[in-house]
Amino acid sequence: MLREVLRKPVAKLALVLVSLMPFAWLCSAIFLDHLGPNPAEYLIRSTGDWTLRFLCITLLVTPLRVTFNIPEFLRFRRSLGLLTFFYVLLHALCYGLFDMGLEWDDIALDIVKRPFIAVGFAAAVMLSLLAVTSSNAAIKKMGVVRWRLLHRLVYAIAVLAILHFFWMRAGKNNFTEVFAYAAILGVLLGWRVWHATTRRRQSGT
Amino acid sequence: MLIRTQQDGFIHPLSSEITSSEVYANRRKLLRQWSAGAAAIGMGSWAQREAFAQGGGAAVKLAALPASQSAVQGAMTVEKVTAYKDATTYNNFYEFGTDKSDPARNAHTLKTAPWTIEVEGLVKKPTRFNLEDVMKWGAMQERIYRMRCVEGWSMVVPWIGYSLSDLIKRVEPLPSAKFVEFVTQADSQTMPGLRGGYIDWPYLEGLRMDEAMHPLSLLTFGMYGEVLPKQNGAPVRLVVPWKYGFKSGKSIVKIRFVEKQPLVSWAKAAPQEYGFYSNVNPTVDHPRWSQANERRIGEGGLLDKKRKTLMFNGYEAQVASLYAGMDLVKNF
Repeated sequence: MLREVLRKPVAKLALVLVSLMPFAWLCSAIFLDHLGPNPAEYLIRSTGDWTLRFLCITLLVTPLRVTFNIPEFLRFRRSLGLLTFFYVLLHALCYGLFDMGLEWDDIALDIVKRPFIAVGFAAAVMLSLLAVTSSNAAIKKMGVVRWRLLHRLVYAIAVLAILHFFWMRAGKNNFTEVFAYAAILGVLLGWRVWHATTRRRQSGT
Repeated sequence: MLIRTQQDGFIHPLSSEITSSEVYANRRKLLRQWSAGAAAIGMGSWAQREAFAQGGGAAVKLAALPASQSAVQGAMTVEKVTAYKDATTYNNFYEFGTDKSDPARNAHTLKTAPWTIEVEGLVKKPTRFNLEDVMKWGAMQERIYRMRCVEGWSMVVPWIGYSLSDLIKRVEPLPSAKFVEFVTQADSQTMPGLRGGYIDWPYLEGLRMDEAMHPLSLLTFGMYGEVLPKQNGAPVRLVVPWKYGFKSGKSIVKIRFVEKQPLVSWAKAAPQEYGFYSNVNPTVDHPRWSQANERRIGEGGLLDKKRKTLMFNGYEAQVASLYAGMDLVKNF
């Protein structure tokens, strides 16, 4: 039953529409003045939060698919990855626009000067590599083996994203949320290590 | 015969530079108009503010705190005063939570009466004073200060209080006292943020004696014509306008005179990011962001450029001499 619903094209559409709701809310909140006394800061932070959330959801696809043996989940992985990219793009845009006033020299200097920005920038660049190679044509052109290798970058992106968030909060010793996201991503990456080793052991015997 | 020349030691102004007698005669009126204008801007926001007075759902009407306009140099900026709603809903007061909207929601639990201030350390007679008595030690003045947060945003706030120096003179520190340390309230019953363990509570701040004695250092009891709202540090806080906001401790319970530079809270928690002095300085960056610019809360649209941060937050003329010869990069 669930698998039948997941197979319907409308399921993917529904997922994308629901996933764009935070974006829609932020847009309307700008005009309705619901973002508090410092809207720029709010937008930069919330787009960062949503990037992290979608990264977690994207990395949840494979564990769910394998654990519950529902191959249909795979249909949503690309959409979720692209949604993560969409939110990181917004995050970078908000930073560049509201924090730096699109002064390219200042932005370049900021990336070089501050590890916290550099790490976030590196993660965003990697994510865009994954986004541009997300099409079927790209997979065919690269070959599945090389494509898979490249897309393992998502694990590095997860680590860099946490580091970026950690450094951002370090100045105020305010790590509660950082640890929560680190724990979630830790479990999701840890599951993969566990899954790979048990599978290897099984195929070895 | 006395012949006056241009070489007689005086610098003669051009006649065009001499203020006309008409303008000169009107100077007080002009100043009054300016400050009335500034007050009117502040007043405009009063109309809509009762609902935000003290969080916790119920609107609390705060007591008025009468004050005269300050005559201290630099104490009355004519910039647009920040809306009361913004100044009372966007606060860093970690004792009540780390989100800037937390203090307005949570600070209603703070018990501000009775309130005492303990003056201790190197003073003639260490004593615990009642707030009501301390409030009588100086004439209440309104001062409109720029407030620059280390995070890169700023406000303009009409504070009410008197120069901290009035209190210091009153309690007679010993000659050996070189620094003043401020201990703020830390009550785990009423302050949910204390469980967070972000820093070692209570929150400690400090000033060098000459900084504390500077007339701009304000012992503050009110803002916007009323006593302080709880989320802004009721019933008594410090405001040191040329330093980043966190130097201005809220809800002060102890003032301690000491010989050695105190280890203040943020410098202890993150020594690579915060120093003892923490003077506003656009040329010394925070490790994770530039301090060259600031976003004035409530000013302009999202896409407007940030404003340039001024040396000593624009109080350079008044305070730069305190730091003559000091390396401000090293002593950040």
